[in-house]
Amino acid sequence: MNGALLRFRAGDWGAYAILPVMALATLPAMSFSTWLTLTVAGIAMGMMLFLMAAGLTLIFGLMQVFTFAHGAFITLGAYLAVSVVAVMAGWSAAESWWLNLAVLAAALLVALVASGAAGYVFERVIIRRVYGAHLRQILITVGGLIIAEQLVVALWGANPLPLPKPASLRGSIILGGAAIEKYRILAASLGLLAYAGLHLLLNRTRVGLLVRAGVENLEMVEALGYRIRRLFIGVFVIGTALAGIGGVMWAFYQELVTRSIGGDMTILIFIILIIGGLGSIGGCVTAAVLVGLVTNYVGFLAPKLALGSTIVLMMAILLWRPRGLFPVGAR
Amino acid sequence: MRPLDGLLSGDRPGGLVLSLLLLAVLLGLAFAPFLFPGTRPLGVAARICIFIVLAASYDVMLGYTGIASFAHTMFFGMGAYGVAIALSKLWAGWDAVLLGTAAGVALAALVAILIGLLSLRVRAIFFSMITLAVASFALILATELRDLTGGEDGLTFSVPRLLTPEFRLAAEPVLGARLDGRLVTYYLIFVLSLALFLLMLRVVNSPFGRVLQAIRENEFRAEALGYRTVAYRTLAGALSAAMAALAGAMMALLLRYNGPAATLSFDLMVDILLMVVIGGMGTLYGPVLGAVVLVMAEYYLQPAMAAVSGGLKGWPVLPALFDPDRWLLWLGVLFVLIVYFFPAGIVGKLREGRR
Amino acid sequence: MSDGAALLRLAGIHTHIGRYHILHGVDLAVRRGRLTMLLGRNGAGKTTTLRTIMGLWRRSAGEIDFDGRPIGDLETPDIARLGIAYVPETMGIFAQLTVRENLLLATGPQGFDEAQLEAVLALFPALREKWHNAAGSLSGGQKQMLAISRAIIEPRRLLIVDEPTKGLAPAVIQLLIDAFLRLKQSATTILLVEQNFHVARSVGDDVAVMDDGRIVHTGAMADLAADETLQRHLLGLSLASHQ
Repeated sequence: MNGALLRFRAGDWGAYAILPVMALATLPAMSFSTWLTLTVAGIAMGMMLFLMAAGLTLIFGLMQVFTFAHGAFITLGAYLAVSVVAVMAGWSAAESWWLNLAVLAAALLVALVASGAAGYVFERVIIRRVYGAHLRQILITVGGLIIAEQLVVALWGANPLPLPKPASLRGSIILGGAAIEKYRILAASLGLLAYAGLHLLLNRTRVGLLVRAGVENLEMVEALGYRIRRLFIGVFVIGTALAGIGGVMWAFYQELVTRSIGGDMTILIFIILIIGGLGSIGGCVTAAVLVGLVTNYVGFLAPKLALGSTIVLMMAILLWRPRGLFPVGAR
Repeated sequence: MRPLDGLLSGDRPGGLVLSLLLLAVLLGLAFAPFLFPGTRPLGVAARICIFIVLAASYDVMLGYTGIASFAHTMFFGMGAYGVAIALSKLWAGWDAVLLGTAAGVALAALVAILIGLLSLRVRAIFFSMITLAVASFALILATELRDLTGGEDGLTFSVPRLLTPEFRLAAEPVLGARLDGRLVTYYLIFVLSLALFLLMLRVVNSPFGRVLQAIRENEFRAEALGYRTVAYRTLAGALSAAMAALAGAMMALLLRYNGPAATLSFDLMVDILLMVVIGGMGTLYGPVLGAVVLVMAEYYLQPAMAAVSGGLKGWPVLPALFDPDRWLLWLGVLFVLIVYFFPAGIVGKLREGRR
Repeated sequence: MSDGAALLRLAGIHTHIGRYHILHGVDLAVRRGRLTMLLGRNGAGKTTTLRTIMGLWRRSAGEIDFDGRPIGDLETPDIARLGIAYVPETMGIFAQLTVRENLLLATGPQGFDEAQLEAVLALFPALREKWHNAAGSLSGGQKQMLAISRAIIEPRRLLIVDEPTKGLAPAVIQLLIDAFLRLKQSATTILLVEQNFHVARSVGDDVAVMDDGRIVHTGAMADLAADETLQRHLLGLSLASHQ
């Protein structure tokens, strides 16, 4: 059985082809080793973006909640990583794969739990009162974002904090004449793992079936006897927990944590959601990798245009497909 | 009262307290140079005037059409860059000021129309996100097109001689105020702001404004009645953008400088949002009060918080929460509470008390 | 009021949608084991009545009883869990889910009951062929078959169906008529909204006619079918001449 959210239908060949076309089109502009480095970097960045964006696409698609506060959970994850590394500084500096990975795992676990818990509170206190009121959702979540950002500064200080990668995750391996950063392989793998997990959850479980049905027609799911509010909470918690994990991975990647780390990602995440189509996990991963690749290729060819290029890309795709590459649902 | 009604387009503030507050703001701003002498208070008063126009123009979009755009600072910046580029690349004359302003306003209106046609056509959710993306694109452009915009550092320029501090109307101060170019600049901004505000009041109370409100209340019904909702919203967006650009042009004249941080930053966007929501969406009078509250808070809340923070020394975390730099935290809390409990803001609350 | 024969009873139901007052005191009894037709002109309030029963729109006054229990304040999922299946006018098919997944959603946690599934597929064999296809790829008639199958895949106490034959070809309509006749043999209680008088005459036991948000006639379907003057009076030419 293949899930509808993740299936590429025959009519989607254009959307399906966009990744390889994008990757191959840039090959003539650079040497193969450069291209390989950039492609891996793009995929790694894309998979980290996917972690941050995956939950939000479900929140938008299923719950029709327009939250601008998703970046706050990314920021929370990033700062928690700083604190975990501070506590486990010895393990992080040690030249041992196992100890280093343990630090990363601890940071991920702490961020997963804390962001998920914060997401639960956020849904219960903030979101549940504004279901169905889109303008108020936007306003209240912008307010939530302001408060969260200010609280982070109150707790961790206003200055950017360095976050060195654990010792053995630094450096590169040489593959096909190209230098590939170890951390990028790790980040891409983790993103892939999360994608596989979400894929299984959505396509092999009853909860996943409900989520997919709910993205299409919430009212009918209720008329079939399912209480969607519980589903909403679950999706929100999973989404914010993923954002926390994404924040940890992104923070280690940047090696510097600022209070606007989540807010800065929000724009990229929105671009990914718009390109991929709201509510589509398959669209989300495609769009995330696309944005990662474009950012890296353009960043190499014309460094100043990197972020701008993704916005141009979004506009072009909107003109081509006004509802994104993989639109879901009738609404 | 008839001439007043004409001036206010029949849209009276409503409520004695509200009317008195607005009157106090008007009088305070009209006589600011004499009531609060000094360079700094005059700067604060000028900022309030400009932000009233900026926030009111945002309210035309947010409050009267129910659409949350995050590109409003972009339009503000276009007006400011129009004046800044014209004055620094051409010459410091009034014709350059007009040319720059016209160019900025035209560009803002054009871009607003393009955004409207492109994204109001797709799902409503996209609009806020797209405006955010477009705004950050504009920020990138302003930073990267160094030759034109001065990049990160921005542009410093000379203004027409009439507006410079060196210009003197009279050698002696009158009623404690020096009659120099600063004063001229202030009154130029004050009169323009008042005129623009009254103009917006006229627009939202015109048949056009009523259609906008009908669309906000029930889009499908308005469409069924034969109104082309996309066209109306796009036009409202263009008007709102043009007003923001005019505010930007005034800001550039006031500062005699423009850069990305001064007119394009996301923090500024948040400020505008706070002004409109705290003051009261969809009232136009709300943004007036919101702008006063916000600008005053920015300048005068911080010393108060420093005192509180000092008083809490020795407690864990608390001093950090009341640190003067955390003023935005408390405004954020206020903002959330207002969205929850007083969705109509200060103005809504005051009008409600009257009924 | 203790009419034990009524499974569902509406008394004085008023419903507002936004500023519009749609239902003006609907009184309706759906008797056990019978198929009740709800007829009326476009805009008479039929769909609103069904949605109000399901809790998709809230009544502003009146009482709704199901099996003697008030359900007017229950949430939609809880109403459905009492054993009420609802097929909306739009059919409510999940286009991106397969036929199988659409049906699976209507079963309990244990999944399909093989015998029940076979019975349903015997009723609509076309669905078996499309089992793993996305429901969005089905024809209009097949979608309606899927929607009705989803409503009966588990034993339900009440089946509410809104205009199932709208826009379908005569051959498909006949198939649906046969299906409803088959369902009646199993003594399922059904509330059916129709514009097609031929369908109504073929399957209906009882009938209620709505106009302007009220029930204006109740009785036996056979009596209404035999009385053309009454048809004309109640339903106007548009409906009676429909078939």
